[in-house]
Parts: sequence; structure tokens; C-alpha cells
Amino acid sequence: MEIKSAISGFKFANQYSGRSWRLGLLIVTVIVAIPVLVIIASLSQPFSSTWQHLADTVLIDYISNSLLLMVGVGFGTLILGVSAAWLTAMCDFPGRKILSWAFLLPMAMPAYIIAYTYTGILDFAGPIQSTLRTTFDWGYGDYYFPQVRSLGGAICMLSLVLYPYVYMLVRIAFLEQSTAVLEASRNLGKKSWQTFFSVAIPMSRPAIVAGVSLALMETLADYGTVAYFGVSAFTTGIFRTWYGLGELTTAAQLCAFLLLFVFALIMAERWSRQRLRFHHNSANKKLVRMQLKGWHAYTALLTGCFIVGLGFVIPATQLVIWASSRWQENLNGAFLSLLLNSFSLAAIAAICCVIVATFLAYTKRVFNSRLELGAVGIASLGYAVPGTVIAVGVLIPVAWLDNKIDFLSRAWFDIPTGLLLSGTIGILVFAYVVRFLSVSLNTVESGLSAIKPSIDESARSLGAGPGQVLKRVHLPILRSSLLTAALLVFVDVLKELPTTLILRPFNFNTLAVRTYELASDERLVDAALPALAIIVIGLLPVLLITKSILNERASHE
Amino acid sequence: MPRRSALLNAALGVVFPLLAFVIAPTLSYGDELNIYSARQESLIKPLLDRFTILTGTKVNLVTGKGDALLTRLKSEGLNSPADVLLTVDAGRLYRAQKAGILRPISSEKLNLAIPAHLRSTENQWYGLSIRARVIIYAPERVDPSELSTYEALSDPSWQGKVCIRSSSNIYNQSLVAGMIASQGMEKTEAWLKGFVANFARAPAGGDRDQIKAVAAGQCDVAIVNSYYLGGMINSDDKGQQEAASKVNLFWPNQRDRGTHINISGAGITQSAKNLESAKGLLVFLANDESQRWYGETNNEFPVRPEVEVSKTLSAWGPFKADQLNVGKLGQYNADAIMAMDRAGWK
Repeated sequence: MEIKSAISGFKFANQYSGRSWRLGLLIVTVIVAIPVLVIIASLSQPFSSTWQHLADTVLIDYISNSLLLMVGVGFGTLILGVSAAWLTAMCDFPGRKILSWAFLLPMAMPAYIIAYTYTGILDFAGPIQSTLRTTFDWGYGDYYFPQVRSLGGAICMLSLVLYPYVYMLVRIAFLEQSTAVLEASRNLGKKSWQTFFSVAIPMSRPAIVAGVSLALMETLADYGTVAYFGVSAFTTGIFRTWYGLGELTTAAQLCAFLLLFVFALIMAERWSRQRLRFHHNSANKKLVRMQLKGWHAYTALLTGCFIVGLGFVIPATQLVIWASSRWQENLNGAFLSLLLNSFSLAAIAAICCVIVATFLAYTKRVFNSRLELGAVGIASLGYAVPGTVIAVGVLIPVAWLDNKIDFLSRAWFDIPTGLLLSGTIGILVFAYVVRFLSVSLNTVESGLSAIKPSIDESARSLGAGPGQVLKRVHLPILRSSLLTAALLVFVDVLKELPTTLILRPFNFNTLAVRTYELASDERLVDAALPALAIIVIGLLPVLLITKSILNERASHE
Repeated sequence: MPRRSALLNAALGVVFPLLAFVIAPTLSYGDELNIYSARQESLIKPLLDRFTILTGTKVNLVTGKGDALLTRLKSEGLNSPADVLLTVDAGRLYRAQKAGILRPISSEKLNLAIPAHLRSTENQWYGLSIRARVIIYAPERVDPSELSTYEALSDPSWQGKVCIRSSSNIYNQSLVAGMIASQGMEKTEAWLKGFVANFARAPAGGDRDQIKAVAAGQCDVAIVNSYYLGGMINSDDKGQQEAASKVNLFWPNQRDRGTHINISGAGITQSAKNLESAKGLLVFLANDESQRWYGETNNEFPVRPEVEVSKTLSAWGPFKADQLNVGKLGQYNADAIMAMDRAGWK
């Protein structure tokens, strides 16, 4: 079936303007991949003696800590995300509707912010431990309290804010899953948990993998949290090598190895599911949710409240407490321009990412060959690269191009052009697309994978070209996936810091930049207001899109 | 489907204004002064605004991490719009100098005002404020007579009593680099071994966190930059004030080379288009008014010893600062990190 559809894809590709689609795909991928290739190209440079030093001392630490972090966050986001999705998509209990959007709330919380707030609350000098000490008259060392600032702490923080990626994608997958398949499983005598593990989970595999891999890539690229917690992870190593040792090349080489590792993982995963199908043939019947009663309902509700409480309510409350003490001083005209800048940047980047992602994912679907597979794999690497490194990968080729243009223009027309692209918002948006394309791509791809190829075939047999099939058949079906993709990028850009910091134009600030500047000066109380603003703006599209997803479902029913 | 076309209209309504927003900021920065600053906005913008009022020269600002700005400057080359590079440590200025990004300037005024050990020997950069790395102790548990030097904190009697942040922090790197410059590598490595063994906990958090840990009893002493203590003393936050009131400041190494200091400073770039304005800005940042401002706003010390310091700073008394040229801190920075790696300082 899959092979047949691939063959018909090729036929169709020859018949219609297949060549221009594939050429377009190549051009887009190459442009998006340039910054990543700049980093990988560093491997062709000689390896300095610093490598020996790293291998002798800290490299093992970097690698093992990053692997542990990945395993921990992988499990954390998987368990939190899938259970949240299952509860709200397949079960019914009091509070389900509220929880179904509340589960998304932690997504608006930048990882470094949640790290700051929990440290403020749980640290040795924080309110909880201080209260314990005064109540029981304990001193340092008299009692056990888990260290927030540790590898375990970092795993918890990252899992708490990254599980919504899994939740969001898996929830859509559960909702779009044919209820007939699930019913068949139940009719065959499987218990509900058996249905869950043997039918629902395997069928949602593309969504689960997409979500978890997003979370893992973000984990590998995270610098703020691990640096604040003093965990020597791979990213801290990259920056230590660059900033401390002054070895940009060695740092880029470290990063290149990280990228090769991620690329291998992505390819292995894609290869392993290449032969599998995840779409189903039955029509969407009205979804019958399992009615939870009694203590089952209470457990479901409590679990939900627990997750949302830890991931959002507690840290947000702490931020509100901090912000309320100082808001008058911090809320002014400059603050409004921060809001506008952040919002516009995030919106532009989200739109660009979704357009590029839809184009790539769709071209890959139509011409399902190794070329497309590899190209799309490379294009999605940017997400695993720490933002500052992406920025350098963007900066070097763009500045080179700018200087070349200036040189030629001087030579030919005697007109200096200066730097045309460097230091503009354009270069910033380009960097965001490079970094966050993967987020939108994964979402769009997992949406596309649920559409039967026979739909494409019928449309084509009726004479529609690839552009028309996309516009008239796929885009309407994909609407919620596209919105989700845009939302994910929007929120990510809103929280994005390091790329913005280095590439932005003069006199251009964003909420994340302001938050970081204050927090890095250890003025958490002042940092709370811009941090809250990031969360609030991030919440608006979350709510908007949850509503639209809910409506979508309602219209199916 | 009317709902979808409404959505499309809304999307277009957003896209076009946003496109204008992307293209608009390609402004010319003609006679204005452009600054790349590692010093964060709130700690430099007020001074720049004041400069604009006095001279009429508009100042444009990008802030970021020192090395990232340095990379941006390097790749933009001579076409870079930047006139001035501001950093918060001497190491980055030294690195910029080595990369050939900074231009030597001859300014009698600056050379007279700023002591020789706080500027580059080739006049490529100048220190503008001093940051001292001091010992903080809990007077309840530590008698100041037990304290003397950084070196003494490697003594086994301090085992499990010392708090300090990660070795990824530039001020720790500079501290060790300064020690390598004055004591040599061998002595520094020996010191590091004993010092790291005395840590009360794995290094985490910032300098304020170390001060809080001393106040809460997790450790007896900590090494921090003095302006963080100043910031806590003058904080609006009750918790920070209270923590600050439970600790005292000790000036280390007063009987030998003096307390370790670093600078925030600036240099003029090779690409600078407005050389005279840029020089004017540096002179302005070194004048009495600006020098006092550093102390009042961020509890940093003036680079000019004759300038009066703020109340918070004068309460800590006068101190003897290390006279080592701060450029050395940059020179030995990589050696310092490798030594810290070998000693297992996370």
C-alpha cells in the first residue's frame, strides 16, 4: 500500500511540475541548512590541543550529564505528556475541559524562569527550608532536603515545561484516532489499559516521537537552566570552551559532534517508521469518552492539578508575588515597546516557519525518496543547536555576503552599500526559522501522516496538481496541525534569548532580553514583570488555538 | 466556508504590517554613535542618555554577551556599524585587542585620568569602573582575625565551609588568572586543590546566592564581587536586606599584593566612523559625574582614586587593590580554566 502510493507519487511527479517542486525543496533546504553546515564545517579545521585537555578532564562529564539529562527528560515528558493527553482526550471526568487547556500552560514558561523561581522557593536559603529550620530548630546538615540545583532538579524543571509538546501532539493524535479501532480492541475483550498500550500508543507513535524529540532537542540546546544549576552538560561545555578558553573553533567542533549525534537519532527514528502506516480507514465516528467515576475521577483530577500546579501555578504565583512589589516602576512606555517587539517578532517567525514547514513536509510526502528524507532531516537539525551557536552560524555567512556585496558595489559602481542584512530584523527572523523549523515541521508532518494517501490519489486522479491537492484537500484537513505548529513557534520565539541577543538591531529589546538582563544581574524581583508578560502573551495563542481545536472536534461530532 | 476566509483576512491583516516592520529598521546611523555593550542596558543607558543631552550626539545600543559581540564585530569587519565596544571584564577587552578589533587612541586626558594598570599598555582600551572580588563571612561563626588571603582559604581548617559559584563564571576565572600571573602556575594549582576540597557544596547559582548561603548557615565564607553585597544592602527586597545584614565584608590580601579587582571598560573599534565622538564618550565616562554614578547605581568603585565613593562603599573602608595590569587577566584566562578543570572545580 505504502509502496504503491510512493510509485503513484513518482508517476504523478513526472506528469506534473515535479521538477520545480523538488528544486524548490533543495533550495529551501540548502538556505536553511547553511548555518548548520557552517558549524559542521568546523570539523574540517585542525583539532587544537584543547581537545586533549577536554578529553583528559571534563569531556566525560559533559557527555554523561547530557545523556542522563536526555534520558530523564525523555521519560519525564513522555509520562507527563501521554497521561495528560489520554486523560483529556479519551476519558471524561469533572474538570476535564479546564484541564485540557490548562495542561498547555507550562509551555509559556521559559525553562530558565521556572528554574529561577523554584530555586527561590526550595533553596537552602529559601522560605520553605528556612521555615523548616526555625520550626524544628534545625541547622545546616541536620536534615535531608533534595538539592534543587542538581542534575535531578534540571530534569524536573525541563520535563515540567517541555511535556506540553508531547501532550499537544499526542492529544491531537488521540482525537484523530479512529474510535472504531479502539472499540474493536475493546470488543475483542481488551481492558482499557490494554487498549491504551497495545492500540492507542502504537498508533500515536509519530506524534509521541515528534513530541519527545522536540523536548529532547530543546533539552540538548538548553543553556540557561543547566548553567544556573551548575550542571556540566554539553552546552555548558561548548560555552566554556568558547567564552572561557576563547576557542570558537573547538566550541564549534563540539557543537558539530552534538549535531551529528542528533542527526543520527533523527535518521534512525525516521528509518524505523518508514515502512509503517499510521492512518486509518474508518470514518471519524463520534468519540465516546470513558466515563470515570468515584475515586477514578478524583485521581484523574488530582493528577491533572498536580502537573499543572507544579508546571505553572506555583512558579507563576511566585512571579506574581515578585512582580506585584515592583510593577509601578517597571511598567512604562519602554515596556510597551518590548511587548510590541516580542509579539511582532514571534508572529513573523511563526508564519515564516509554518510556510516553509508545510512546503517541505508536503514535498517530502509527494516525492517520498531518500533525497527528500535526508534534506528534511538536515533542515530540522537547528532545534538541537544552542541559540548562540545558531547565531554564529547565521552571522558568519550573512556578514560575508554583506561584505562581498559592499565590495562589488564599490568596485563596479563606486557606491558603498555597507552591511545590508546584518543587524536587521530580517536576519533575526531567518535565524529563528533555522532554529525553530523543526518544531513546525514535526507538527505538520505528524498531521500529514494521519491523512490517507488514497485521498491524495483520488484528488490526483480527478486531475488536481500537487499545489491544488495541497490547497484544496490537505490544508483544510491540516488546519489544526498548522495552527499548532504556528503556536509552538510563536511561543518558542517569544521565549528565545541567545539568538536575539546577538543578532538584534540597535536599540531593539524584547521581553526575553529584558528578563535575562535583570535575572543575570540576580534581580529576580525586577525580572518577574517581563517574565510574566512572556507567559501572558504566550498564553493568548495557546487559548485561541485550544479553542479552535475543541471547535474542530465539536464540528466533527 | 466563511469562517476560513475570515481567518485568511485576519492573517493577511497581520502579515502586511509585520512585513513593513521587518523592512523598516534599515535606518542610516549617520553621525550617531553606535555601541556594542556587554554591560547590560540598565547599567549603561542612563549614562549614554546624559551624554546625548550634553553633546547632542545620539547613541545607539546593542547589548549582549562579550564574546558574542566580539564575534559579531569580527565577522562584520570594517563595515561594522559599531564605534565602541563596552565590556564588563578586562579579559574580553584583551581578547578584542588580540583579534585586532580595537584601535589605539591617543588621549592625554584619558591617560592622565586612568591609572596605568587599569588600561591597555597600547592604549587600545580603558577601564571605566572597578569590581572587587572579596571574602564574605558570617560574623557569628567566623572571627575576622581568622581571615587573611584567598590563599589561606585552601587550608584544611576551612573544609566544608567555603561557598563559591561555578568556574564558568568570568570573575572566578579572572581571580585564578590573576593568581597565576602573580604566583605562577605551580602554586596556583596547589592552592586550587586545597581550595576545591573545602567547598561546602557543588558550585551553583550566582554571587547573591553565595551570600544568602553564608547568611543561612550553609557555609561560613564565600568569595563574591562586592557590588552584589552592595546591591543586597540597598535592595527593596526584605529577604535580601536581611541576608546582607547577617554577613560582613573582608578585604583579602591587604598585607601582600592586594584584593583582586577586575574592570568594566571600553575601547574604540577599527571600524569606528565617528572617532572624535567616540573618544568624547570615553572621556565622558571617566569624568567625575559618571564615575560617581557607577558607585551610586551599581556599587562599583571608580577607576579614578580621587573620586569620592558612595555611602555603601565608604562603609566598607578603604582597601588596597592588586596593581597587576588587568590585561594579564585576559592573557591567563585559558590557563586558569584548564587549571580549574584539572582541580575539579565544576
